[in-house]
Amino acid sequence: MKAPRITDTTLRDGSHAMRHQYTLEHAKNIVAALDKAGVPVLEVTHGDGLGGSSIQYGFSLTNEMDIIETAVQTATQAKIAALLLPGIGTRKELQEAVARGIKVVRIATHCTEADVSEQHFGMAKKMGLETVGFLMMSHMRPPEFLVEQAKLMESYGADCVYVVDSAGAMLPHQAADRVKALKDALSVEVGFHAHNNLGLAIGNTLAAVQAGADQVDGTLRGLGAGAGNAATELIAAVLDKMDLNPGVDVFGLMDAAEFVLAPMMPFQPIPDRDSIAIGYAGVYSTFLLHAKRLGAEHHIDPRDILVELGRRQAVAGQEDWILDVTLDMAREKNGA
Amino acid sequence: MTPNSQTGTDTVKVAILGSGNIGSDLMFKLLKQPGHMELALLAGIDPASDGLTRARDLGIATSAEGIKAVLADPDLKIVFDATSAYAHVRHAKALREAGRIAIDLTPAARGPYVVPPANLNAHLDEVNVNLITCGGQATIPLAYAVSRVTPVDYAEMVSTVSSVSAGPGTRQNIDEFTFTTARGLEVIGGAKKGKAIIILNPADPPIMMRNTVYVMPEANDIDEQAIIDSVNRMVADVQEYVPGYRLKNGPLFEQRSTAQGPRTIVSMLLEVTGAGDWLPPYAGNLDIMTASARRVGEVFAQKLLAEATPTEVTA
Repeated sequence: MKAPRITDTTLRDGSHAMRHQYTLEHAKNIVAALDKAGVPVLEVTHGDGLGGSSIQYGFSLTNEMDIIETAVQTATQAKIAALLLPGIGTRKELQEAVARGIKVVRIATHCTEADVSEQHFGMAKKMGLETVGFLMMSHMRPPEFLVEQAKLMESYGADCVYVVDSAGAMLPHQAADRVKALKDALSVEVGFHAHNNLGLAIGNTLAAVQAGADQVDGTLRGLGAGAGNAATELIAAVLDKMDLNPGVDVFGLMDAAEFVLAPMMPFQPIPDRDSIAIGYAGVYSTFLLHAKRLGAEHHIDPRDILVELGRRQAVAGQEDWILDVTLDMAREKNGA
Repeated sequence: MTPNSQTGTDTVKVAILGSGNIGSDLMFKLLKQPGHMELALLAGIDPASDGLTRARDLGIATSAEGIKAVLADPDLKIVFDATSAYAHVRHAKALREAGRIAIDLTPAARGPYVVPPANLNAHLDEVNVNLITCGGQATIPLAYAVSRVTPVDYAEMVSTVSSVSAGPGTRQNIDEFTFTTARGLEVIGGAKKGKAIIILNPADPPIMMRNTVYVMPEANDIDEQAIIDSVNRMVADVQEYVPGYRLKNGPLFEQRSTAQGPRTIVSMLLEVTGAGDWLPPYAGNLDIMTASARRVGEVFAQKLLAEATPTEVTA
């Protein structure tokens, strides 16, 4: 087993829990602490990737390009990454993010739709970026199916392909099986991104590392969509105990989580009732806060909304369906 | 102009370029509801294509010579281009020089964007019009319905289509879909700024095409009833040529927080069920393109006939 590279995505996945209200001051402090603790890659973007600021997903308080630039200027050793979801962000935003200094782009598609990413990988490689492919909602398809999609991304120029448990729905053996299948089939690196909706973020991340994952994701305090992610400081402590510390300062990360991030967090994501429902029903983790808000406004149980979204097989980015389901349920309830 | 033996009315000869799914669906629509058009040619480039075989079986003249066959027959006054953006750039020039009217279903956009109930009448003197994107045909009418009542700062659309109805053209050019649709929301939809998002959903059985339109008016205090009335009128107008077009939820009026403070947002949730002429009903995204194209062709045909003879024509 080898020590995996850690990518911290507090300033991207954490943006969901922050309702996209990060300031430049927040970004500067988070980047400075993670950079000092030796985390090599930091992802900085609207939660839904470049161009995600919208009515559909929530507007950013601060222009993500300005946050990226602040992160680039603050980091001394860490590379800054951006997330791009084709269909939401475009090559136009990617070009601007490169002009602002990103060195890594992570290109995310639903786990069945990798072929929409070809033009974006092509441009990213041309611009000299390190590229990572993100197969979102990977719990929805078996390992052998994911292998075919991962191979597409590899053929487009991905330097690494991630198994992304966007719904926090996987069990440890499912995470391991998927990572192992990709490791066996690809010649590029393989990564794993966890959500904690079933309380398994650290467990699944460890299972992925044991199955050979080269890269894993974390966020300070697990700040992220749904019940959050695997906490970066926890990954560091656990890997260190396994003699797999990739070169990060464990105490430094514990301090960053406690003294830098915790004071600015609006709440601590945990596997509460509605988050468990997300993992259980297998829906996109970012649906949590939208379902809570709409449920409260229309007097519908958020858990019922989330379960129905699972039944309708909603995928990443379909936040408008939360409104649709809520209005359908409200109409039914009122007997109209 | 030739008399139509079935209807007794005059018709204009039209051709379809492209024998793929879109061209085939349009062919079935023109056969089912010819109006003042007579489909006289389906031209592709692959003699062995299923589309050309299908057309021949239905008694439609076909050619594998593509644009050459269209140019060879001067009676083909209106040409629907269902090929690719790349090919249409070349076709547009040739058709213009030959004095034909081109209705462009590709993203090439050599002529102005048209959405039939919003701005078609303003472009009847053009020789080339473009149908934007499927999502644009579905959502721009609703943005327009709001902006004709109250000034609009921002309009955003989210189109969700079933994975099986998104062909390789869409997949390899997904950015062009968002650029073009966003621009259409501005140019025709009347928004100062437009944004488009497209999502592919692989659910089985396939989902119907869904579109959500969010509009942020300039003012927070708006006449909600006037907007509801305008939207309902627009939905009825689109239903005239896309029967499966349905407002499923909304208009819903909400306050949302933005970087500029709380703003009023109008949300409208649409479903488009295809007519099932050739493509299955879930492919509402493709159906709305061909239905819009038929509508545009019909209006142009009527105009040509009116110019040729002073007698009145009806749809």
